[in-house]
Formats: sequence, structure tokens, C-alpha cells
Amino acid sequence: MQRTIFDKIWDGHRIGSPTGETDLVFVDRILLHERTGGVALKSLLARDIAVRDPDHVFAVMDHIVDTFPGRTSETLMPTGKDFIVATREGTHAAGIRLFDLDSPDQGIVHVISPELGIVLPGTTLICPDSHTCSQGALGALAWGIGSTEAEHALATSTLRVQRPGRMRITISGRLARGVTAKDLALALLGRFGVGGAAGHIVEYAGSAVEALDIEQRLTLCNMGTEFAAFSAIIAPDATTVDYVKGRRYAPVGDEWDRAVRDWLALRSDAEAVFDTELTFDAGDVAPMVTWGTTPQQVVAIDGAVPAVGEIGKAMAEGYPRALQYMGLEAGTALESLTIDAAFIGSCTNSRISDLRRAAAILDGRKVAPGVKAICVPGSSNVKRQAEEEGLHHVFQRAGFEWRESGCSMCFFAGGESFGPQDRVVSSTNRNFESRQGPGTRTHLASPETVAASAIAGHIADPRKLEI
Amino acid sequence: MEPFTTFTAVAAPLMRDNVDTDAIIPSREIRQVSKSGLADGLFAGWRYLSIGERDPDPDFMLNDPALKNARILVAGENFGCGSSREHAVWALAEYGFRTIIAPSFNPIFRKNCLANGVLPVVLAASIIDPIARGLAAAPGSLLTVNLEEQILQDEVGGRWTFEIESEEKRALLSGLDPIALTLTLSDTIAAFRDLDERERSWAYSTLSR
Repeated sequence: MQRTIFDKIWDGHRIGSPTGETDLVFVDRILLHERTGGVALKSLLARDIAVRDPDHVFAVMDHIVDTFPGRTSETLMPTGKDFIVATREGTHAAGIRLFDLDSPDQGIVHVISPELGIVLPGTTLICPDSHTCSQGALGALAWGIGSTEAEHALATSTLRVQRPGRMRITISGRLARGVTAKDLALALLGRFGVGGAAGHIVEYAGSAVEALDIEQRLTLCNMGTEFAAFSAIIAPDATTVDYVKGRRYAPVGDEWDRAVRDWLALRSDAEAVFDTELTFDAGDVAPMVTWGTTPQQVVAIDGAVPAVGEIGKAMAEGYPRALQYMGLEAGTALESLTIDAAFIGSCTNSRISDLRRAAAILDGRKVAPGVKAICVPGSSNVKRQAEEEGLHHVFQRAGFEWRESGCSMCFFAGGESFGPQDRVVSSTNRNFESRQGPGTRTHLASPETVAASAIAGHIADPRKLEI
Repeated sequence: MEPFTTFTAVAAPLMRDNVDTDAIIPSREIRQVSKSGLADGLFAGWRYLSIGERDPDPDFMLNDPALKNARILVAGENFGCGSSREHAVWALAEYGFRTIIAPSFNPIFRKNCLANGVLPVVLAASIIDPIARGLAAAPGSLLTVNLEEQILQDEVGGRWTFEIESEEKRALLSGLDPIALTLTLSDTIAAFRDLDERERSWAYSTLSR
């Protein structure tokens, strides 16, 4: 039988189907963070249920931690420390390794997992975080869950899951210069909508995807959850193998050779059947910027806020509300919008290549007066690497704050936020109402676009700046 | 988990598409390492006039006195999208909601509902829209949810059947805990793991580093 990569991984991890409907699926890796990790561990402890296999669990502080230099376990949010302490105590009691605040490997969970080789091609990996789908970029079956399911996985090393439908999005052509995986992800959401992959695992394939490096693939898969997908995945190839080799938790010696053989066999068979197939041409994609309050409300950067008649009927609901919230009118050119803040960070775009590309734009330039500009590296390792390359000087000389690693103002869980009605250009993943602060107006874009906009003081096309 | 039984209750219409979990429970309202203490923060950004205060915004439907005891929420497409925070469901459940009716749900949110005894009912938008219009026209109207028969009814003769996986239905009706159920399969899981570790030793060997 011809199978997709998803089927191959799923079948390899399917223990059975105890009830005939949902499958019991073995989980290779469990990741926890302090926002939900502490409560899950506390809940298990209260029920006297042990963590079945602590070696397979990795915990990290990322969601609530401060990102100010010289941070401690205190956060701006008065009770933030409780989450940090509960996770510290819970992981210690359960024998789970924790990348704590002072660990050189601390960072955003979906940044450190690939960085350390925790996620490997062909593995199943879960985390109580919706952006776990990012890690499908390495050819793993990685998906986000809630706290109760995390408890189930911790207690049993399994989850009960319904097999999702299979979707393939074949992306032909090649991204133009100055256009990134972030722009591609936003363009896909604009075309197919935030419900576009509901009920499916999405395999990204095609020449444009094969040409992406792993960090760009992570960005593309990251926004699978914005697509309502079960998860996203990209078949492992030579790029993947090169990336994984030598990472701390990657196999070595004979096991490495066996692993690579297994991984490279993980491709969808030529005749494999998908429940849904979509195609998309990468060559048409421009830098994209959202104008509304869902990621599907997006246009090319040289475009304008569309009129209600110009968007699909399915996307028209919420249109007036989005315009009102964002303080916009139909026909306004995106590039005419002055900004109050610029943010580079999050599990979508905070890796070393993101920072390098943003720095190339910022080099020798200054952030426009009155614009608050912040860069939060995705991990402590990314931060260190950037500092070795002198990128922090570039950011700081331009007028960016240079922070410690964490999720930070992607969603202000630690209590730090942008102000009401502040217009923020952000390399993050969600432009929901009040996501980055009460009343804050978020425009999602690539790190390049954020950097170019910070300099211009308004939304700006990075392709127009000389690097 | 409390077993799900047939009930009749006030239904509240929240007819917006893509209501995200940041809207259901903003980050700033998640203050404790706990599954409770969240009902006050439910829809805080919409429900109250100003951040951090608790003055009700009269324009938000839940503040309509007629909807005070609402236990059923009628919603738009892709309800519960965004962050996987289960606090969204904990907040809804603590407030009193036991059923959410929508044309589609975010998959993680839907699972979180089931894990907390909240029934997610999927019906076509063409069915939900007139129901919601009726609820908006006569605030405080009741709906009846019968999970056993998979039937939703209104007070004026409307009657709709809905689909749900039988395993999910059984779990809701029994209130049984899935962890306890899976732990009874412990030996099967151990046997699978042993075999898998022999075949895929590379997925195991480096984890003790």
C-alpha cells in the first residue's frame, strides 16, 4: 500500500486501537514549559500518578520568564514566579530535565528542541503548545495538545488520537529575493484561510519547500496551527540530515547510520493518496503584512487594506470589527501606516538566520524616532551565537533593545505588553485582538520587514533598502 | 470528570468567527498554577469596560441579565483557535458552559473540551445561524442538549441531530478518566516500547545524556 510520510510515522507508533476509533499512539518526546508544565505535573502528583518515562521529557522556561537583562525568577506579572517555581519543583520531583533560567540551553521550546537535537526525523513529539507543529520541519510528527493530554502523555507515554486526514500543499517555483518562509506562510493563510487545513495533517512539498533551509522550514511549519491543521510536516532530506548531525541528542556512530537510513525512507510514496491536495506558486509571493486581527487578513506589502467586496465571503465575517480594532479604513496603503513599535522574536522568527537577515538591514541605520524596537533571540544559544557574530551591536546601535531569550511579547504572558492602540510590526504568529497587549494593533511580517519598518517609522518594504 | 447528562439551559449567542483562546481567556487573567479561578477572566477583554477592572460592558452579550445562567454557547467558525491553553476551557466550564455549538472548532480546543466534560457540538452554519438569530431576538431562550440521542432542541419545535464519535460520547456520558483507562494497558505499552527500542534504538539511546 502506498503511504504518506504521515502514515509511515503514525503506523510505526500506533500501539493499537483499544476502542476501534481512536488510535493509541506512542509518544517519543514530551516537551513542557512553565505555563502549563507546572499545573500538569501538580495535577498528576495530586493523583499520585508517576511520570512513566522521565528521560523522554524535556522542560524549559520560556513562556512567562522575563526577557530583561539580569532577569530573575520574578516577572512583571505578580504571580509569574509561581509558574516558574511550580515547574522547577514539579520537574525536580519527577526527575525531568529542565533547562532553567540559568541554563545555557534555555530558550523557546520550539527553538531549543531542534537546536539540541531533541526532535528527530520520524519521531512523535508533543508539547502543550499550539506551535509544536513547527517541529514537523524536521520530518517529525509533532503536534500541540492541551494540559490534560499532556498529563496523559506523561503518565502513559501515549496519546489517544483520531487519525487526521492527509493534505499535501505542493509549492512550486522559488521564493524571490527578499521574500521568506514567513511571507509564504502568510500568503498561504491569505489564500486558503485560517480554517484551510482543518482536520488534516499538512505535508509541505515541492521545489520551493525543498529549497528552504531548516530554519525557514521551521517558520513555515510554525504557522500550521494558524491553518487549523492537526500539524505540519516536511519530509526529511539531505538538508535535514546535515542539520541534525552532531546535535547533542542526535544519535552517533552505527546508530546514526541506521537513523539516517530510516529517515531518508520517510517520504510519501509516489502513488500515496492524500485526502486533499493543494498547489501554490512561490514565485508570486511578495513580502506580506497582515492588516486585520486574524492571520488570514493579509496582503502584499505594496497593497492596501482591501474593501469588503475584495475578500472572500468566508473571510468577510468580522471585517468591520477588525478594521475598527486596527484603526484602519479600506483602501489605506499598508506602507503609509506609521508604527509605534517593532518586535523581532517568537518561535516563528527568532533563530540565528532570522537575526542575521534583520541585522543586515539594520546595519549602519537607525530606528526612527519614537519607535520602540525590541529583539528577543529565540534561545540563549541563538543569543550567544549572535553576540559572537557581533549582531547585538548592530541591533543596539540601530536602537533595538537586545533581550534575554523567551516567548516575550508575542503574547505578554510575563506581564510585559505594548500599549493600547500601539501599532506594532511583529515577526510573531498571531495578530489577535489584544494578543500583544490590551488594545495593541499587531501587523505580522517577516523579520526583514520588521527591521525595515523600524527604520522607516512606517510599514516598509525591505526589498527597497540596500543591504 | 462529571458525567454529561441531558440538560436544558439558557443559550448565549457569540456569533463571531475565529474566536481565539486569547479572547476566551487573556494571558493576564491566568494568574495561578491552577485549573480554577478563571471564570472571572472569561472573555475579559470583551466583557469588561476596562483592563483589570470588572465593570461590565453592557454591549457584551454575557452581560445581558437574561443570559445570566447561560450554560450553552452558540458560536461561529473555528471557535477556540490560537493558543492551546486549556485555561480557555477551564474558564468556560467554571463559568458554567457545558456545551458549545459551532460550525467548526480548533482541534486542540475541541480535545480540551472533551477532556473537561464540555460537549463540542458541530452543526452546519446554515443550521446555527437561524438558531443564533432566534437566541439574539429572544434573549434567555432555552436549548436542550441530549447527548445520548445526539439531539439538540429549541423551545419552538426546532430539532437537530448532531454527530459525535461514539468513543467521545461514551467518555462524556461516563465521565471516566482516560488516563486511568490507558493505564490498564500498561503492559501492552511496555511491550510495544521494548520492541520499538530494539528496532529504533537511535530514538532512545541518547536520551540519558
